[in-house]
Amino acid sequence: MKKLLLKKEIDAFRKKAQKLEHPREMVIDLLRAIQDHFGWVPDAGVELAADILGVPPIEVEEVATFYDKIYRQKVGRYPIHICDSICCWIRGGEEIAAHLQQQLGIKLGQTTSDGLFTLLPTCCLGGCGRAPSIMVGKRFYGHLTCDGLDQIIAQLREEAVG
Amino acid sequence: MSSTPQLLFKNRIPGKTAFLKEYCKTGGYSALVKALKTMSPAEIVQLVKSSGLRGRGGAGFSTGLKWSFFPSDKPAPKYLVCNCDEMEPGTYKDGELLAADPHQLVEGMVLSAYALNVDEGYIFIRYAYEGQFKNLQKAVAEAKKAGYLGKNILGSGFDFELHLHGSAGRYILGEETALLNGLEGKRPNPRIKPPFPAERGLFGRPTTVNNVETLANIPHIINGGSEWFKGLARNPEGAGTKLFGLSGHLNVTECFELPVGIPLSEIVEVYGGGVWKSRKFKACLPGGASTPYLTAEHMDIPLDFDTLAAVGSRFGTAGVTVFDDKTCMVAVTLNLLQFFARESCGWCTPCRDGLPLVCWLLEKIEKGQGTMGDLEMLKEQYRHIGGRSFCALAEGAMGPLDGLMRLFEQEVIDHIEKGHCPF
Repeated sequence: MKKLLLKKEIDAFRKKAQKLEHPREMVIDLLRAIQDHFGWVPDAGVELAADILGVPPIEVEEVATFYDKIYRQKVGRYPIHICDSICCWIRGGEEIAAHLQQQLGIKLGQTTSDGLFTLLPTCCLGGCGRAPSIMVGKRFYGHLTCDGLDQIIAQLREEAVG
Repeated sequence: MSSTPQLLFKNRIPGKTAFLKEYCKTGGYSALVKALKTMSPAEIVQLVKSSGLRGRGGAGFSTGLKWSFFPSDKPAPKYLVCNCDEMEPGTYKDGELLAADPHQLVEGMVLSAYALNVDEGYIFIRYAYEGQFKNLQKAVAEAKKAGYLGKNILGSGFDFELHLHGSAGRYILGEETALLNGLEGKRPNPRIKPPFPAERGLFGRPTTVNNVETLANIPHIINGGSEWFKGLARNPEGAGTKLFGLSGHLNVTECFELPVGIPLSEIVEVYGGGVWKSRKFKACLPGGASTPYLTAEHMDIPLDFDTLAAVGSRFGTAGVTVFDDKTCMVAVTLNLLQFFARESCGWCTPCRDGLPLVCWLLEKIEKGQGTMGDLEMLKEQYRHIGGRSFCALAEGAMGPLDGLMRLFEQEVIDHIEKGHCPF
């Protein structure tokens, strides 16, 4: 089974937690590290983070559920964040969202059956000058068109096979 | 194209990032050398105060004045926090700055820390700025190696450690006390003020929170002096240059460093290349999603904090989002309010319950199902939410609603009377 985090990473976090006066300040770093490794943050990830930080799991959970870029549910290998804020919206953001839903055969919030893509609406990505825009994982794509999107999806499918 | 002296974008080459070598080639870290050798911390605070620099994160408070309230004489630890959350729609200038020239922020922070007698700093970076985060990681490592950061900086005896914090989304983190909770690893609801962060901030210690662009201006003020900095503005009461992030229905949607006080007409026509598709200008957000609209009648007003406040809007972050004459302002306002409603932390009632109610009313009107009673209720909500929320998020959300009712009331009434959206 896939591990939440590599042992050497866990050890490094534990070591750092001992050094820090306020170990809790690492909670986002930890959750992001687990997510980078595991793909999302399951209950066991919250418990692991709590154990490393020396706080009750609920105190990690209340942070984890606050942030929209911490996935507390399983997402596809490529979570696609579609900006629906003003600058993207007035330059065709809705068409981008509709096109993606149609091409992937899923609605916003859903994951494709092959486990590759999850569509998530998101607020402004800071790419207002390059609207409309999306983020796939941590990769930003701007100046999008429907054709351009098809190419991105095709590339990601290839990447997943390779 | 720009004849404005370029300070913040001096080293900006599209697609490239200037690191230590390039930064030093154009005078990078010379302000730090100068300040540590020849200036006292109090002199720097005074210089920044007299330069007229106002906070570039949107509020526009005098940076020097804010610093003068900081209890520098209290024992360590004290913190300087840089706010690079930059999540207000229409705002992307700090991202552009850090993509081009990250050392400016590092130098600005070391100088500011010296001025405030602060020994530790954090840069809070939004999730979407992964590239900028990496740029800063590299810049911090380079600065440390070169002796500009860490212990005994340039042999002056001054120590400053700088940490990076990568966030994980949510607009509310841009509110400074929510940001501090976020840094501490707590659920990032805003905190009650007072006590202000200067008294009790990060980990309960004296803290100053400044925006990226504000801090990046400090080296330039030290090198050029306060009179020079003031003189960069186009209007007599203004100071400095400003990063304007253009977006929306313009032919050119890029970020430019331009003088404070430049009129809107020049932004739209010269830098924005005019409204797209040969359409006409209808309105714009002058400084992010929370700033009340400007219309064609405001074209000649110098863009600055006080001048825009005088016409009922705000300079904000100078992220200018333009709408053409085919745009429905009810739909625009609905989109903006949906953003604020979704990004509310849910802590206080006016924000958690009031904003969804405003969205519901606007949606009803946009669909052609609204009544004049709904318009009255919108106005009532505006009065109830404004000034009554725990933090500034809901207050900001009232900006576009205020603009809609003040400048486009007839458009709202048209929706109601026609029973459909006229656009």
